[in-house]
Amino acid sequence: MRKAALKLAGWGRTTYAACEAARPERFGEAVAGFAADAGQNGICLYGAGRSYGDCALNSGGTALITTRLDRILGFDAQTGIVQVEPGVDFRRLMEVFLPRGWLAPVTPGTGFATVGGAVAHDVHGKNHELDGSFGQHVTAFDLLLPDGARRTVVPADGDLFAATVGGAGLTGFITRIEFRMKRVPGGAVRVREHRAANLAAFLSAMRDAAGASYAVGWIDAAARGAALGRGILETAEPIEGVFAQPPERARRVPFEFPAFALNRFSVALFNEGYFRRVPPDGRTRVVPWRTFLYPLDALHDWNRIYGRRGFVQFQCVVPFETGARALRDLLEVISASHQASFLAVLKRMGAGRAGFLSFPMPGFTLALDFPRCAGLEALYARLSAITLDAGGRVYLAKDALLDAASFRRMYPEFPHFAAVRQAVDPERHIQSDMARRLRLQDAP
Amino acid sequence: MSGGQTWLILGASSAIARALAREAAARGADIILAGRDDDDLRRTAADIGVAYGVHARTETFAALDHAGHRALAASLADIPGILNIALLFGIMPEQAAMDADPSLAAACLDANATGAISILHHIAPLLEARRAGMVVGFGSVAGDRGRLKNYVYGASKAALHTYLAGLRNRLGRSGVHVMTVKPGFVDTAMTFGLPGMFLVAQPRDVARVCLNAAAKKRDVIYVPWFWWGIMSVIRGIPERLFKRLSI
Ligand SMILES: Cc1cc2nc3c(=O)[nH]c(=O)nc-3n(C[C@H](O)[C@H](O)[C@H](O)COP(=O)(O)OP(=O)(O)OC[C@H]3O[C@@H](n4cnc5c(N)ncnc54)[C@H](O)[C@@H]3O)c2cc1C
Repeated sequence: MRKAALKLAGWGRTTYAACEAARPERFGEAVAGFAADAGQNGICLYGAGRSYGDCALNSGGTALITTRLDRILGFDAQTGIVQVEPGVDFRRLMEVFLPRGWLAPVTPGTGFATVGGAVAHDVHGKNHELDGSFGQHVTAFDLLLPDGARRTVVPADGDLFAATVGGAGLTGFITRIEFRMKRVPGGAVRVREHRAANLAAFLSAMRDAAGASYAVGWIDAAARGAALGRGILETAEPIEGVFAQPPERARRVPFEFPAFALNRFSVALFNEGYFRRVPPDGRTRVVPWRTFLYPLDALHDWNRIYGRRGFVQFQCVVPFETGARALRDLLEVISASHQASFLAVLKRMGAGRAGFLSFPMPGFTLALDFPRCAGLEALYARLSAITLDAGGRVYLAKDALLDAASFRRMYPEFPHFAAVRQAVDPERHIQSDMARRLRLQDAP
Repeated sequence: MSGGQTWLILGASSAIARALAREAAARGADIILAGRDDDDLRRTAADIGVAYGVHARTETFAALDHAGHRALAASLADIPGILNIALLFGIMPEQAAMDADPSLAAACLDANATGAISILHHIAPLLEARRAGMVVGFGSVAGDRGRLKNYVYGASKAALHTYLAGLRNRLGRSGVHVMTVKPGFVDTAMTFGLPGMFLVAQPRDVARVCLNAAAKKRDVIYVPWFWWGIMSVIRGIPERLFKRLSI
C-alpha cells in the first residue's frame, strides 16, 4: 500500500492533519495495509471526509482512505438486503437502486458520505423519528480487528456491534456492510412547507407533523426578540411516479470566498429572503428524491464559501422535556453572538439508536455553522454547557471543540465502549485526533 | 448477453479500468475482467452484475505470462456478438528507483510494452476473423517525449503507441477499429499524493470520454482534451533546448 505525505482536512476546514495517507484500490491491499505496523500514532479510517471535525483525522499517523473500496457486492431484490464495500456512497446507492424502487433506509444530508462513515457515526436522516438510525437497518458487517482477525458481526453479537456502530472507526476496519434498503413508490416526494413565526410556533408545528415520513426545519438563527426561533418546517411524503431523477447540474465553488462575504448583514438579508420565499400560508411542491435528500450536493465544495478561515458546525440534541427551554437559551446565545451562518437546521428525533456512542435521543436536534472567528471556542463551550445542563449531547460527526469531561457526561454508555475497545485494541493501533482530544483512548 | 457487445478489460484492477468496465456495462455490454488479483476482480464483477444487470466474469491474465496469452486469446473464440478489447495494464516505477535498479526498468518495458504487444498480437487474428469490434489501448502523454523525470515509463508507452498505430492500420482493413488513449493526470493509485499534479481528471470522466470517442472511431485521443495542447507545445521544443530542461 503506497503512502503519501498529505494534509487531510475535516469538512469544516478548521481541523487539519498532516499524515501518511493511503488510498488502496484493491481490497487485499487495504486489508494488508490496515494490518501493517503504523507506528506510534497508529492508523485511522477516512471515508469521504464529510465529518466536520477531527474524527477521521490522525495527525502524525497513518490514514487509510476507503473511497476506492466502492463495490456493491450483492443485492437481494426479494428482501432488499444489499451488501457493499465501505467506500460505496449514498449517491451511488441512489443511482443504482432508485430506478428499481429502492432507497437507502436512512441517509445523511449529503450523498457523498460513505456507508462506512454512516455506520461509524450511526447517522440519522430526516426520517429519524419514524425510521430510526442507520445502524438499526444494518443486518451484519465484517470487521477487521487491529490484530488482523476478521469477524462477521451481527446485531445479536451485542457489545462488539454496539461499540462499532457509532464508534467513530475505533474498534476496527469495517470492510463489508449488509443492510436493508426500503421500498419507495416513485422518484419524488410531495413537500409541504410551513412558515413558523417563532420558536413556540415551530415546536408545535413539528409536534403536529410528528407522523410525517420526513420532516426537517430550517431555522433563522439570526432572528431575535419576538421572531426568535422563526423558520420553515418542511414535511414530505413519498409519491408514486417515475423513478428517473432529473440530470444533475453540478456547480463547483471555484475559490475560497473572502471572509467579508459572509457577515451578520449578508446572513440576515439572506435569511429574510429565504423566510419570505414561502408564502404565509405555506406551499406544496413535488421534489425529486435527490434534491430533497441532498439539497447541498449540487454545489460541490460548498464548504469553500466560508473562505480560508473555515467553519465549525455545532449540532446538539436536547430531550423533549427540557428542550423548549434549552432551545430558547441556545438561540438567544447564538443570535446575540451574530456569528451564525444561514445554514441552520432544527429537527425532531426519536429514540432510535444502535450503538453505545450513537448520537440520537428523543428530542430536538439543532445544527448550525459558525465561520471561524475570535471567541468561537468560548461560544461553543457555552452552547455545549446549555446542552449538557438540559441532559442533551453534542454530535461527534460534527464536533471539533468539545472537551473530554463534557463528552463523558453526554455519553453515559462510554464505559461499555471503552471496555470493548480495550479488548479489541489494547495496543491502540487505531487512533484519531478526536480520540486523543476526547480521551476515547482511555481504558474504562 | 444477446448479440450485443462484450468488453474484455485487460488489467481490470486499476481505477480507470474499473470505471471503464462500469461505463461499458451501463451501456449494456457484457464484461470480462482480466487480471492477476482474482479476488478483487470478482468484487468488481459482482458490482457490475448488480448495478447494470449484465453478465460479468473474470479471467486470469498476467502481462509477463506470454504462454497464458495464447490460452486467453483462444478462450475468446466463442464469445457471441461483438468483442471489444480495452488494454489498461501497466506499471510506473519511479524513475529514480529504476535508475538505482536497472532490472526495474526492464520490468517496466516487459509489462507495458512487451506484455501489451504479446497479448494484442495473440488476439489480433481473432478480431480480423470476426471483422468487427474495437481495441482501445491506453498509452500515456509520457510516451510523447522522453522527459528526464519519466523517460523509461515514457519509452514503454512510446513503444505501445507505435504498435497501436500499426495495429490500427492492419485491423482497419478488417473493419476493426483501434483507438489510442493518452491520459494526462488522472486520479488513480499511480498518481495519488504525487506532488505537481494539476487539473486531475476523475476515472469516471475518462471512461465516458473514451467510450464516446471510440464510438466515433477516433484514432488518437488525449484525455482530458487539453493535454493535446500541452503535449503539442512540449513536442515542439527543439531537442537542443529540451535536453537541458527538467520538466
Ligand atoms: C452536508 C452534510 C450533511 C450532513 N447531514 C447529516 C445528517 O443529516 N445526519 C447525520 O447523521 N450526519 C450528517 N452529516 C455527517 C456525515 O453523515 C457523517 O460525518 C459521516 O460519518 C460522513 O461519512 P464519510 O464517509 O465522509 O466519513 P468520514 O467523515 O471520512 O469519517 C467518519 C468516521 O467514520 C470512520 N470510518 C469511515 N470509514 C470507516 C470504515 N470503513 N471502518 C471504520 N470506520 C470508518 C472514520 O474513522 C471516522 O471516524 C452531514 C455531513 C455533511 C457534510
